[in-house]
Amino acid sequence: MTKLKEDQVIKVGMADWKTAEAPEKLRTSGLGSCVGVVIYEESRKIAAMAHIMLPDSSMAGSRSLQRAKFADTALEDVLDWFQEKGCRCQRLQAKLAGGAQMFSFTEGSEMMRIGPRNSEAVKAVLKQKGIPVKGEDIGGSKGRTIEFNIMDSSLFIRTVSQGKTII
Amino acid sequence: MTDINHIQPVHLDVLQEAGNIGAGNAATALSQLLNKKIDLHVPSVRMVDFQAMQAIAGGEEEVVAAAFLRITGEAPGSMFFILQKEEAEELAYTLTGKKVNIIDDSFDELAASALRELGNILAGAYLSALADFTGLSMQPSVPSLAVDMAGAVISEGLLEVSTKGDHAIVIDTEMEEAGNNNTDAVTGQFFLLPDPDAFEKIFKSLGVEWL
Repeated sequence: MTKLKEDQVIKVGMADWKTAEAPEKLRTSGLGSCVGVVIYEESRKIAAMAHIMLPDSSMAGSRSLQRAKFADTALEDVLDWFQEKGCRCQRLQAKLAGGAQMFSFTEGSEMMRIGPRNSEAVKAVLKQKGIPVKGEDIGGSKGRTIEFNIMDSSLFIRTVSQGKTII
Repeated sequence: MTDINHIQPVHLDVLQEAGNIGAGNAATALSQLLNKKIDLHVPSVRMVDFQAMQAIAGGEEEVVAAAFLRITGEAPGSMFFILQKEEAEELAYTLTGKKVNIIDDSFDELAASALRELGNILAGAYLSALADFTGLSMQPSVPSLAVDMAGAVISEGLLEVSTKGDHAIVIDTEMEEAGNNNTDAVTGQFFLLPDPDAFEKIFKSLGVEWL
């Protein structure tokens, strides 16, 4: 068996979710109104990261689209994965970032408020499942790139104009 | 409902011609504004998934200045005028006579509004040529400007499309200052992303059969 490299980073694309275990890291780039959410089990050092575009799968009407795109269906699938791994919701924790409003328009379209709606939708699901949010950096008008270090459950956040933070 | 997955090469050709006509008019406007000759690359029309779209403006984390506007009317959609960091700074200097760095405090309201207005003029030129060509009404909103990671700004234009499908069709046209020896020299890039419902009207207006 090949040993994983220490710095192996698993990249999560837009409207997708992936899982990893320490010492791997999970990363997603260019979050605007999208929300990046990490759900992890600290003791077992496993985690999943989703890059969510839209708050609710009902927005797609009757069409069947990628489930990972919507907050409700993406988190459902992520939590199913944890359950298959034998994790209970009570042991899981979460961190999230993104949900910005990149452009400001005078004429208000619902689509322009999608960032805040994405964060609200993610938090509503987490609350309902009893998963505590251990850290968040949401809203504003800045793009974010995030990287989750499963080893110490830290979420590194990079922005263009407002530097770097770790939550 | 238009299913863009059924698109044929002939449709892509028509969209390419539409992009050429729109961007051609915009290049003329830019050329008059800067008093320089502007060349236009042949537009590329692609069906892309969202991950590919995020990377389309030179990389997800690349800093860009983007003017974004929504198009309403018979053929609704989203439009971006994208400048890479250096291009934006050069254009801001040409337009205002001030040297700025778009990611720090030197990027003031004057420079921002110059770039926003540039986006407004060019997108307006693009869309009015396209509206004339298709005979469809297309009204641009006032553009909004953002300076940030390309992936973060582009994703904003995908929201409308993303409620209806997992792919977008993008008409991508680059402009470049003529005679510039630097092969990477681009003086701006247009992305036109018609909403899924707009395609049928566009094709019909141009006499191309849709399924």
